[in-house]
Amino acid sequence: MLEINNLQASAGEKKILKGINLRVNKGEVHAIMGPNGSGKSTLAHVLAGRDGFVATEGRVTLDGKNLLAMTPEQRAGEGVFLAFQYPVEIPGVSNMYFLKTALNSIRKHRGLPELDAVDFLAMMKEKSKLVEMDQALLTRSVNEGFSGGEKKRNEILQMAVLEPKLGILDETDSGLDIDALQVVAKGINALRSPERALIVVTHYQRLLNYITPDFVHVLAGGRIVKSGGKELALELEKKGYGWIEEENLKAVGANAR
Amino acid sequence: MATNKEIQELTSLDYKYGFVTDMDADAAPRGLNEDIIRLISAKKGEPDFMLEWRLKAYRRWTTMKEPSWANVHYPAINYQDMIYYSAPKPKKALKSLDEVDPDVRAMFSKLGISLEEQKRLSGVAVDAVVDSVSVATTFKAKLAELGIIFCSFSEAVRNHPDLIKKYLGTVVPYSDNFFASLNSAVFSDGSFCYVPKGVRCPMELSTYFRINAADTGQFERTLIIADEGSYVSYLEGCSAPMRDTNQLHAAVVELVALDNAEIKYSTIQNWYPGDKEGKGGIYNFVTKRGWCKGVNSKISWTQVETGSAITWKYPSCVLQGDNSVGEFYSVALANHRQQADTGTKMIHIGKNTRSTIISKGISAGHGQNSYRGQVKIYKGATGARNYSQCDSLLMSDTCGAHTFPNLEVNDTSAKVEHEASTSKIGEDQLFYCKQRGISAEDAVNMIVNGFCKQVFKELPMEFAVEAQKLLSVSLEGSVG
Repeated sequence: MLEINNLQASAGEKKILKGINLRVNKGEVHAIMGPNGSGKSTLAHVLAGRDGFVATEGRVTLDGKNLLAMTPEQRAGEGVFLAFQYPVEIPGVSNMYFLKTALNSIRKHRGLPELDAVDFLAMMKEKSKLVEMDQALLTRSVNEGFSGGEKKRNEILQMAVLEPKLGILDETDSGLDIDALQVVAKGINALRSPERALIVVTHYQRLLNYITPDFVHVLAGGRIVKSGGKELALELEKKGYGWIEEENLKAVGANAR
Repeated sequence: MATNKEIQELTSLDYKYGFVTDMDADAAPRGLNEDIIRLISAKKGEPDFMLEWRLKAYRRWTTMKEPSWANVHYPAINYQDMIYYSAPKPKKALKSLDEVDPDVRAMFSKLGISLEEQKRLSGVAVDAVVDSVSVATTFKAKLAELGIIFCSFSEAVRNHPDLIKKYLGTVVPYSDNFFASLNSAVFSDGSFCYVPKGVRCPMELSTYFRINAADTGQFERTLIIADEGSYVSYLEGCSAPMRDTNQLHAAVVELVALDNAEIKYSTIQNWYPGDKEGKGGIYNFVTKRGWCKGVNSKISWTQVETGSAITWKYPSCVLQGDNSVGEFYSVALANHRQQADTGTKMIHIGKNTRSTIISKGISAGHGQNSYRGQVKIYKGATGARNYSQCDSLLMSDTCGAHTFPNLEVNDTSAKVEHEASTSKIGEDQLFYCKQRGISAEDAVNMIVNGFCKQVFKELPMEFAVEAQKLLSVSLEGSVG
C-alpha cells in the first residue's frame, strides 16, 4: 500500500532523511524507533506534507499514487492520518464541529455524500466509547484546556471517525501516564484492521507492550539501520540504541573500505 | 513562507456588493452652507424647530476642527465638494410597500434583502434607506397594534414631533463632536423607533442602509427610545457600490433606555472598503451612544465591522440609572489598506452599574486595527464593575494591531478588569486542519470564526449566520 523509495528530505536547511526505503502492506503495523534526532518525526511530517519539510529525492506512493505531489488535505482525503505529538488548540471551534467539517471534507474528496447532523451524532457517540472519551469534551473547543491524556485520546477519536487507510502515530505515548497509555493503546488496537496500515513512531518500547507490531524498524542518522520483528523492540529496550549505532558505524566503515 | 502566502491569497478578495443601481436621483448642489440646510429641511417638509436645530448645529460645526487623535490616516476631506442630499426620485408617492420602485426593489434583492420576502417570511421588520432617504418600512401596521412606532426619521419628525423634541440630541448633543455636529446639520433620514411601556417588541427591527449615488455623503440619524419595562432588538446593515473616490458616512445613533428597559443594537457594517491598493472606500465616522437613563436598564451594542476604508466609531453607554448594564461586543476586520479605530466608552455614574467589553480585532494584508476604549467611573458609582477583554489576531507580517485602553476610576469601591492578547494565526493550526482534510480556506474561516465566537453568539440567529458568511467572504480567495 505505502511504498517509500530512497526518500531524502530536509527540514529547513538541514538534511535529515538520507534515503529511507520502506514498504507497508494493508493490515500491517510497523513501529519506527530510534534515538532523538534520528528523523522519526521528520518522516511522519514529510508523509503528511507539512510545510518546511521538503522531500529532495525519492518517491512515496500510496496505492500507486504519488503522495509527494499532493497537498496535505489531498493526502488526508486519500487516507493518510497523522496523530500529532503535540495536538493543536483551536479556541472557539467545537471539537464536534471540527470533526464534522473534517469528515465531510474527506467524504467529499472520496465522492461520498456529506453526513447529516443526526448520523454524525450517532457515529460520534459510538466512536467516543472506543477511547472512553467524556461526552463533554466533544462540545468544548478543540483541545483547549484538555489534559495531555485527553488530547491524545482526542487524536485517536479523530482517527476512528476519519477511518484512514494509513494511520501515522507520532510519539502518541509521550506524556501519558500508564492508565492513559492503556486507554489510548486499546483505542489503537480497536482500529487495527486488515484494510488499514499503522505506522507507530516511538522512542520507547513501552507502547509496544500494548500494541504488538508486525515489524520494527530502527532509524538512525536518517536511515533505517535495522529491521526485524517485535522482538527487536525488546532487544532495544535491553541494550539501548548504542549498539545499533556502533553496528551501523562498523557497516559504514566496511562500505568505505 | 508558504503558509503566509496562502493566507494572503485567502485574504485578497473582491467586494461583492459593489454594483451601482441606475436610478434617477434628486440631488442638492455640491457644498455646504445655510441655504443647503434650508433646502434639505424644506425638501423634507420639516417643522421650524427642526430647521432651527440644524442651523444651530451647522453654526457650531463651522467653529469646530476635524479630530486628528485617531490612529487613522487619510487625505484632507473637502467638505465643500460633497453632495449633502440625494434621494432616489420616486415615480410617485408610495401608498404601500408594493409600490416601491422596481429598481430599488431589485437592488435590495441583489443584496439578499428582498423587501417582499422580508415582509412575508422572516418576521423581521425592515426600514430600507437608500442614499439618504428611507424608501420602505415593512410590518408597520402590525407593530402599530402594540403601540410600537417604527418609521423613517422624517416621518417621525412630521408625525411624532413631541417625541423628537423630547429626545433628539439628549444623548448625542448637536455640539458633541465634529462629525456629530455635521450630521445634526445635514442629516437627511434614518430610522426612528419608540417602544411603549411594558411592551416587548415581538420581532427584530432592522434598517438597511445603502449608498448608491456618487460623491454623496450619507448622514443618517437613528433614535430609539425604549420606555419603562420594554424590550427591543434592533439590527443595522449597510453596503455601498465600488467607486474610486472616497465617500463620507457620518451617522449618529442615539439610544435611550428608561427604567427596566433593554435595547439590543446589532450592526453588520459592510461599506465598500476600497480596493487592494486602498483606492476608494467609505470613510465611516460614526457617533453611537446609548443612555441607560433608568434604573435596571440595559443597553447592549454588538458590531461586526468588515467594511469601510476608515472606521472611526465608539458605540458607548452612559450608565446613569442604578444597576444599569452596558455591553459592547465587537469584531473589527481590517484587510488590504483598511484602517479601523474602534472601541467603546463605558461611563459609570449610577450605583452598581456594570459593563462588559469584548473586542476582537482581525488584521490582514496591510490592515491597521486599533482598539480604543475608555472606562470612566464617577465618584458615587459605588460597586461599579467593568470587565474588558481585547484580543487581536494577526494574519500577515504587514498588518498591525494596536490597543489604547483608558481607565479612569474615581470610586474606591469599583472593580475594573482588563485583559488583552495578541496572536498570529498559527501555521500549526492551519496544518492541523489541513491534515484532517480541511482546505486552507475553510481552515482559515474556521479559526477566525472561532476567534470571534464570543461576539457572534451575541447576535440574533439570522444575523450570526450572515456575519459568519460575511467574514468568510471577506477573507476568501483562490487557493491553488
